[in-house]
Amino acid sequence: MNVSEIERREHYLNVNYGIRSWLFTTDHKRIAWLYLLSVTVFFFIGGLFATLMRVELLTPQGDLVQAETYNKLFTMHGVTMVFFFLIPSIPAVLGNFLVPMMIGARDLAFPRLNLASWYIFIIGGAFTLMAAAAGGVDTGWTFYTPYSSIYSNTHVVLTVVGVFITGFSSILTGLNFIVTIHKMRAPGMTWFRLPLFIWAHYATSIIFILGTPVIAITLVLVGLERIFRLGIFDPALGGDPVLFQHLFWFYSHPAVYIMILPAMGVVSELIACFSRKRIFGYSVVAFASLAIAVIGFLVWGHHMFVSGQSVHASMIFSLLSFLVAIPSAIKVFNWTATLYKGSISYDAPMIYALGFIGLFTIGGLTGLFLATLGIDVHVHDTYFVVAHFHYIMVGGAVMGYLGGIHFWWPKMTGRTYPEVWARLAAVLIFVGFNLTFFPQFVLGYLGMPRRYHVYPPEFQVLNVMSTAGASILAVGYLLPLMYLIWSLRYGAVAGANPWRARGLEWQTPSPPPTENFDRTPVVTEGAYAYEKEPAEIYALRKPAHV
Amino acid sequence: MDLGFPLFPEQASTLASRVDALFFFLVAVSVFFVGLIFLLIFVFAVKYRRRADDERPEPIEGKLWMEVAWSVIPFALTMVMFVWGAIIFFDIYNPPEDALEISIVGRQWMWKAQHPTGQSEINELHVPVGQPVKLMMTSEDVIHDFYLPAFRVKQDVLPGRYTRIWFEASKAGVYQLFCAEYCGTQHSGMIGRVFVLEPAEFEKWLSGGATGISMVDQGASLFKRFGCETCHRAGGTNQGPTLAGLFGKTVKLQGGNPVTADEDYIRESILDPRAKIVEGYQPIMPTFKGLVSEEGLLQLIAYIKSLNGAERKAAQR
Repeated sequence: MNVSEIERREHYLNVNYGIRSWLFTTDHKRIAWLYLLSVTVFFFIGGLFATLMRVELLTPQGDLVQAETYNKLFTMHGVTMVFFFLIPSIPAVLGNFLVPMMIGARDLAFPRLNLASWYIFIIGGAFTLMAAAAGGVDTGWTFYTPYSSIYSNTHVVLTVVGVFITGFSSILTGLNFIVTIHKMRAPGMTWFRLPLFIWAHYATSIIFILGTPVIAITLVLVGLERIFRLGIFDPALGGDPVLFQHLFWFYSHPAVYIMILPAMGVVSELIACFSRKRIFGYSVVAFASLAIAVIGFLVWGHHMFVSGQSVHASMIFSLLSFLVAIPSAIKVFNWTATLYKGSISYDAPMIYALGFIGLFTIGGLTGLFLATLGIDVHVHDTYFVVAHFHYIMVGGAVMGYLGGIHFWWPKMTGRTYPEVWARLAAVLIFVGFNLTFFPQFVLGYLGMPRRYHVYPPEFQVLNVMSTAGASILAVGYLLPLMYLIWSLRYGAVAGANPWRARGLEWQTPSPPPTENFDRTPVVTEGAYAYEKEPAEIYALRKPAHV
Repeated sequence: MDLGFPLFPEQASTLASRVDALFFFLVAVSVFFVGLIFLLIFVFAVKYRRRADDERPEPIEGKLWMEVAWSVIPFALTMVMFVWGAIIFFDIYNPPEDALEISIVGRQWMWKAQHPTGQSEINELHVPVGQPVKLMMTSEDVIHDFYLPAFRVKQDVLPGRYTRIWFEASKAGVYQLFCAEYCGTQHSGMIGRVFVLEPAEFEKWLSGGATGISMVDQGASLFKRFGCETCHRAGGTNQGPTLAGLFGKTVKLQGGNPVTADEDYIRESILDPRAKIVEGYQPIMPTFKGLVSEEGLLQLIAYIKSLNGAERKAAQR
């Protein structure tokens, strides 16, 4: 088989050419590519900010950049990574590509709305990048008032306008997914035959729709107070600064689940495929996603144990935060149990998935420290918190994202990536990640506050370790960028189903035709029915379609 | 073992060892579960590695008793954490009656402290060992956070209201003070030192180089200077409620709602007198917003609190 065989057949990539065919496309698969390119750009911009911070923190003195610049760096790092990479990454790239394919649909329910979501995302991103180019913003990604609304002299309004606009892209994507999953499942695709990836995206979409409007309103209020001096949050104007924190975290804590739930969905697919087994306790894992989405809305106050909120409110939030940990623990146990008596291979996506379980377990368990009132008082706003949420967001969400990108790359491009390089990158990322962030747990318990440009000299050794880890991590992230681009031209032809996976998306050629399926598939079995794999597929590692 | 750098913070308050004990409990639970998961993954990944391409493992639907077990056991463990953590938390926010009360005012980017005996400090705080110390804190601008890692206590310091925290230092020495809530450009410079002194040393420090005017006396002279006496004097015109014995009492407001006369209520009544009108009085008091500093407010409050003691003394006579 040679390369031209991909081109001989018409598929969504070669059906037409030219910039207009991409910018005006309503094909969910092409829109996924638009998102992939955009979030990749944002990821490396956010990564550049992080790199500069880590280099600055090599020494206790503030020698590379000024305090003002440092504050802008961590703010822009947070804003870019949270709102323009982590939140859209899996849903908007992999979700866009896969939600219709996995349920046997032709496209999302509202293809034009889907394209509009991408334009909204890009407009929001443009505002935020404009703010960065105009001199940046220094409030922290949390925009705490009254610093953000009154005291900061940086481009707060431009930035929050960007985040505000981008929020609508999330809302519309969530709406699109929910309607699609309800109305467009192929014949026979009942709710409990859905891949767990779909359940995870359904839960995520609920948060998109219910949570995002709250952050949008909150940021509008910050803008109003900043521009018109309306007294909402600043006590000098008659406002309440803690009110902002309630509103902000009402969205921003569920936003953490926006980042992690889709990654959990990806990991369920990967674990099943590379151990060739059903996910242990499928329905428990599915309901755990919904439980996380629902309880996740009731725990925001755990960000505010030392904010001056009522001690009794803190107790309730602590209790609920422990409750939301349980469905996550259940998922980890079920994934692990899935491996039992499986047929496990160690392809790069599986390395990411196993890495995800390990790092997410550490991230989840350290979350218990923060839910524990007596301990949180000490570690709140220290590097312990920074380490914890990077274990969830980078160790969890980014590992899941990269695992998913590798897994579905053959489907998206029709080509395979170089396996050896991919395994090397996955291991580098795992090692580099731990070296970067584990020392930060120690730093945090020692008492090093976050967002410190200058720090006491006794914290230096651990900071040097962290920066050393970050450089390994950077190499780990640059490798996939290079070999994946390389594989677009030189990668081996993948065939329809190189992983012998059971999902519907693998039962159509790679890259898929614009309509996804030549004939609407009829589903007769649950997800991950690896035991029912027809015998002839072993003899035939080559795909039938090309 | 000396690595040349610390791995664990000093324990310098009565609270520190309690927080650390709970911390180590959580570390033990975490190590157990991380170890368990890593071990299982490793064992399964080796034992059940794919040996032939056509392996077709038996499907396992799941086991209800296992799902129940790994829901209930973690839940029980987290409830231990919850209760244990809540008990410590309650203690952090409930200062003993006899605590020495020190006022803290934060601003971009410095900490100001004033002792009841009048001594003021900047970016430093002197406290005696073995005595509970309560901090009454407020901010002049944005939100700050008063954080003493060696004592395991931390509390946001808000503009427009008071927050409180207390500790009892258990070991003489010098400890770090950090601002833990991001507050602008020089946030990482908003640091200081806490000097924990033996009681005798502390007395010596108090008597050396101080102004000698206590917070109550400073408050009294402000009270006079702003003419508060005219309306709030016992047995005077009585255009305003008398303040003797007010602090800590429940005040009935116009409309019938009761309010406890704590520091925040007094502060609000000085800066925004019309927010809460005491039943039976007219809203005629002018605002003192902009006229009195945060330190001045704390001194006025100290003075009004002292009127309780005076009343009690008078009653005893």
